[in-house]
Amino acid sequence: MPTFETLIELNEIERDAAIDLLTRLGDDDLIMGHRNSEWTGLAPILEEDIAFSSMAQDEMGHAQAYYQMIHELSGDDPDTLAFGRGPRAYRCSSFVSLPNERDWGFCVLRQFLYDMAETVRLTALEHSSLVPLAQLARKLRGEEKYHLMHGRSWVLRLGNSTDDAHQRLQAALYKAYPHALGLFEPTSADVTLAQAGICPREEDLMRQWESAVVPVLGDAGLEIPEDVQPVNGGRVGRQPEALKELLENMQVVYNIDPSAKW
Amino acid sequence: MVSEKTTQSDLHRYPVMGLLPERAAAVAIALDTVTDPEIPVITIVEMGMIAGVRVEGDAVIVDMTPTFAGCPALDVIKADIVGAVENAGEPTVAVNVVYDPPWTSDRISDEGRRKLKAFGLAPPGRRCGNHEVVDLEQTPCPLCDSTETDLESIFGPTLCRSIHYCRNCLQSFEHFKAV
Repeated sequence: MPTFETLIELNEIERDAAIDLLTRLGDDDLIMGHRNSEWTGLAPILEEDIAFSSMAQDEMGHAQAYYQMIHELSGDDPDTLAFGRGPRAYRCSSFVSLPNERDWGFCVLRQFLYDMAETVRLTALEHSSLVPLAQLARKLRGEEKYHLMHGRSWVLRLGNSTDDAHQRLQAALYKAYPHALGLFEPTSADVTLAQAGICPREEDLMRQWESAVVPVLGDAGLEIPEDVQPVNGGRVGRQPEALKELLENMQVVYNIDPSAKW
Repeated sequence: MVSEKTTQSDLHRYPVMGLLPERAAAVAIALDTVTDPEIPVITIVEMGMIAGVRVEGDAVIVDMTPTFAGCPALDVIKADIVGAVENAGEPTVAVNVVYDPPWTSDRISDEGRRKLKAFGLAPPGRRCGNHEVVDLEQTPCPLCDSTETDLESIFGPTLCRSIHYCRNCLQSFEHFKAV
């Protein structure tokens, strides 16, 4: 399969497909990062305050890297992409928009499911025909390993802990799972991306993700939800009210003066 | 386990292209003065962050491979590189962020590791950078070298650090994570 050494080697259809992919990846990381940052100062213990704040910073850094690549493809300004769009222009999954609701157990479970999805995707993207994306994926996966280590150890610890902890985690899993499957909602770019060797089909990634999370959830003594219908729509801009509220909060300073220099 | 003495890291060395020796030396000296804002004892060259120096037209381009993509110090480092190389007599300097080669903690030089330890930060293990799963337990204490240590938190005061406790000298310490 031919490789694209630089972004300008993509034809118009491939370019639009790559922008679709990068927007999904960047938006997922930005919104996940924002949700994590909502624990700053509020997490149950100091170490977790630091952990969620650090993961927030990492995810936002990754979003910035994806937006920078979009900038090179389309000319769109990374800051405007992050702060200047309304909810319907975002392509994140509803999974990352779900409110924290002060439920740290839910959030640590979500973080685990999310980081495994990222790890599966970044591992695949390391072999992307789009060389700059493959290089970025290799870089980001090295950072994600600490997120995964964190999430996995908490899921195992809480799942095998008291009845209360176990039940909360189980409830969180039932709530999160249909939305987590929505991370793999295929878009109109799905076939183009796979045929060009840029990114595998979403259904392939979903299968890999399931075979990676199920054993860990099993070791945590959790029941895996069955016959679950994915919550889709985020990838085409059908966004929940929760994202609208999140953006109103996240963009409030930017909107006071979008032309301000920071 | 490979002993510290037998492994010599030179991944931090970078190619210089298109500059005559005198000009190249001046740029190299300038880069050696730029330090990490969060760990001011170590230079960005010792950190292995410089991927190469080249010329485009009249401009000197410094290729920099970032440590953590979300590191807030990156913009400061970029500005510091431009300032230092301009002071060395280059009128036009640009910093270009690259992910090839990817930065891993294996790029930190031997001298850099020595400085991290002297600063009180346990240096990262070798050859466990990038995707290798690392064992953060028993990280040697930078104060007393004991391996009777426990991991307290994978995350620390900056993205690149974890927090540990030494059961031998009863001190908390930080560790520069292997990435």
